[in-house]
Amino acid sequence: MVSRIPVTLVVNGIETQLEVTPWTTLLDALRDHLHLTGTKKGCDHGQCGACTVLIDGRRVNSCLTLTVMKDGAEVTTIEGLATDGALHPLQQAFIDHDAFQCGYCTPGQICSAAGLLAEGKARTEDEIRELMSGNICRCGAYPNIVAAIHQAMGAMGSAS
Amino acid sequence: MAPTIGTPTSRVDGHAKVTGEARYAAEFDAPGLAYGSIVGSTIAKGRIARIDASEALRVQGVIDVLTHLNRPHMAEGGGADEDPYRDDVAPEGSPFRPLYDDRIVFSGQPVALVLAETWEAARYAASQVRVDYDEEPHVTDLHRRRDDAVALRERTKVRGDADTAFAAAEVRHAGEYFIAMEHHNPMELFASTVIWDGDGKLTVYDKTQGVQNVQCYLCGVFEMKPEDVRVVSPFVGGAFGSGLRPQYSVALAVMAARALQRSVRLVLTRRQMYTLGYRPGTIERVALGAKADGTLEAVTHEAIGMTSQFEDFARNDTTWSGTLYRSATAKYDHKLARLDVSTPCDMRAPGAATGVYALECAMDELAVALKLDPLELRYRNYSDRDQNEDMPFTSKKLRECYRQGAEAFGWSKRDPQPRAMRDGSELVGWGMATGVWEALQMKTAVRILLTANGHAEVACATSDIGTGTYTIMAQVAADMLGLPLDSISVKLGDSTLPHSPVEGGSWTAASVSNAIASTAKAIRTELLQLAQKMPQSPLAGATPDDVALVDGRIVSKQDAARAVPIADAMRHAAVDRIEQETSADFDEDDGYARNTHSAIFAEVKVDEQLGVIRVTRVVSAVAAGRILNTKTAKSQIMGSVVGGIGMALHEETLIDHDLGRIMNADIAEYHVPVNADVHEIEVIFVDEPDDIVNPLGIKGVGEIGIVGVAAAIANAIYHATGKRVRDLPITLDKLQG
Repeated sequence: MVSRIPVTLVVNGIETQLEVTPWTTLLDALRDHLHLTGTKKGCDHGQCGACTVLIDGRRVNSCLTLTVMKDGAEVTTIEGLATDGALHPLQQAFIDHDAFQCGYCTPGQICSAAGLLAEGKARTEDEIRELMSGNICRCGAYPNIVAAIHQAMGAMGSAS
Repeated sequence: MAPTIGTPTSRVDGHAKVTGEARYAAEFDAPGLAYGSIVGSTIAKGRIARIDASEALRVQGVIDVLTHLNRPHMAEGGGADEDPYRDDVAPEGSPFRPLYDDRIVFSGQPVALVLAETWEAARYAASQVRVDYDEEPHVTDLHRRRDDAVALRERTKVRGDADTAFAAAEVRHAGEYFIAMEHHNPMELFASTVIWDGDGKLTVYDKTQGVQNVQCYLCGVFEMKPEDVRVVSPFVGGAFGSGLRPQYSVALAVMAARALQRSVRLVLTRRQMYTLGYRPGTIERVALGAKADGTLEAVTHEAIGMTSQFEDFARNDTTWSGTLYRSATAKYDHKLARLDVSTPCDMRAPGAATGVYALECAMDELAVALKLDPLELRYRNYSDRDQNEDMPFTSKKLRECYRQGAEAFGWSKRDPQPRAMRDGSELVGWGMATGVWEALQMKTAVRILLTANGHAEVACATSDIGTGTYTIMAQVAADMLGLPLDSISVKLGDSTLPHSPVEGGSWTAASVSNAIASTAKAIRTELLQLAQKMPQSPLAGATPDDVALVDGRIVSKQDAARAVPIADAMRHAAVDRIEQETSADFDEDDGYARNTHSAIFAEVKVDEQLGVIRVTRVVSAVAAGRILNTKTAKSQIMGSVVGGIGMALHEETLIDHDLGRIMNADIAEYHVPVNADVHEIEVIFVDEPDDIVNPLGIKGVGEIGIVGVAAAIANAIYHATGKRVRDLPITLDKLQG
């Protein structure tokens, strides 16, 4: 019998108890156990960034993260970014700039961008491009993604 | 209310996509869901000698392991026309049948399907299935089979004597070009969630570009009644052609649900997606002969593409020169090399992306030989007729694309000498190319349900793979029905909806929009009849063509004062809903050629020491008839340009020919463009009114944006470095070697 391990996560502000096998990734825990399917599986190998979530405010590939390692962590997914029905400035900027087509990489792009803004490292469009290069968009919306992040930086007062 | 057609309207499904609410095929749930995991063959050709699933079956949580020996019944028939495995867009041949028998026809072919209570258990158990093979020698190398390639008769066309004209030409260029095998790599993994609805009825959530194609296929393969299979696909996480044909994953998921009589989810791994279709690696030979002033006298274009042993996949690679340029003679030839691989499939602008790459690089080389500006060479050979069919175009504003694109790019400032332009340690190169695609349209049906509260639902079984179909359907319906955009809801991606072909070939926008227009006319006709039954109707005597639906009213076009609110007309007749369904069919046999065109200008910067290539600027000027939504259409072209950058510099599926197996089956080793690879992209839509192509003048923009991009970049690299690399992708080693 495989023993399941109890884990407590604070997911989008809500304390959540889970019992998972040691090898269950955070991505599969979110999608299959908690039914938070906004976080996407694009490669399961940390190569595409579609599974990016924020753990304690930092952007992380959830497919490379074992759930049991994150006991007590705060996890923010795309479902947790809007507050009281109002879109996060990045979500609105992505719509305004048409920064997606199929939408599959979008939750990861937006979570990654939220992490990027918190890091405060990106100042120029070239820096945004470089620091967003872990999130692949096969539809090729990159110029619009950069424009959207730039707009949100301004809206959130983090642009220099 | 201002019309929405032609405006930069934001996507109507944008909110769902930025909040994570949009659900894709693997994200639908059901009680008692079982999970599948596929075991792939480790050989490219041979037979399965023995399968031992005993270890796998001992893994906790495993329910069953299906193989060709214990699978449930599948259709057996065969014969070219009656093959139940052939789908709407199948090429010539006999499609692959998953778990059908012991024969192995490509590496990674599914040989077993493990079913378990959890995904983790299924995946682990799949690693415990032991398979022994009787291996046979395989060939997977296109170059090894090129001399045995089989000619496609219908692709061979001749105009005049191109060989003699080439031999006699004052200036000649002949070159061989190669386009590497590429995989679509949409971000969403191929997935199917099959819901067991009881009594053998199934709802299949599938990643597909054609729900009705998949439904029809499943009915054929499993001998099911159409009413027992519903295929649903509201959102598709990219496809680029990979979702046109039903994949083995959906067949296996349905097979499993029927075997277990419960709901099943099957998601392919990224590695397994490399066993699906791909853009075939293609060898292209182009020979151009011209007078000293640049006038083309001979064009010869030969292509050799790869295909599988069981299907002949080929698209038009070779005849595009006859659509673009004037030439007294032309000869086209297309051959296929049959290899022990899976069958290729359509990938964005199939045929044109590869064939026009070769043609447009050859034109650049001819311009160098002529000492003529490459843009001037295109002007000198501009054709107002499609020479292949000797027909005029419904419209062709390519000249305007050249003019506006060149102006936006600053082409006139180009120093023609290679290696003449620099930016610090980088060599700067400017190149250009032409793009062309077909303006296709297919019979499509649309249903509109108008309710008295002023809301309309527009429904069609087409798809939105990120192309913006939801949005343009809402826009066209809003304008045709005179309602605000937020009063329209769109239903698509469901096989129970009115008929649609697969979403491909750039035909969806034209087909579905014209079908909406014709259905809206039927609604208008019915509303007018209701309005005319009202006492002292101001619209008495009017015909449907005399009125329009504007701002929730039926209005006379001659006299806007003569109008009846839609709600009043319906209320008076005690009608609370009006429903109409019509099809738009298209007469394409009218003596016109139908094409979209583009001019692409690219700037590259090449580090002289390291050979690192950056595409710093691209201008794409497109003539594609009426643009329904300038925001989403621009994104389509921009995304295509990014795809073209990948084709030029990054993308290449590599096979280990000893093993017959793909070596770089993931997205770390198969390189696709990332954000840092993409810089300025400017998209221009040239005004191209067209009242011949179809009533709304729409041509579609899904493919045109990628055609010619790789050639413009390759030509820019030559201009920067003086080195001509004809094999894609142009990697550092080829540039330095």
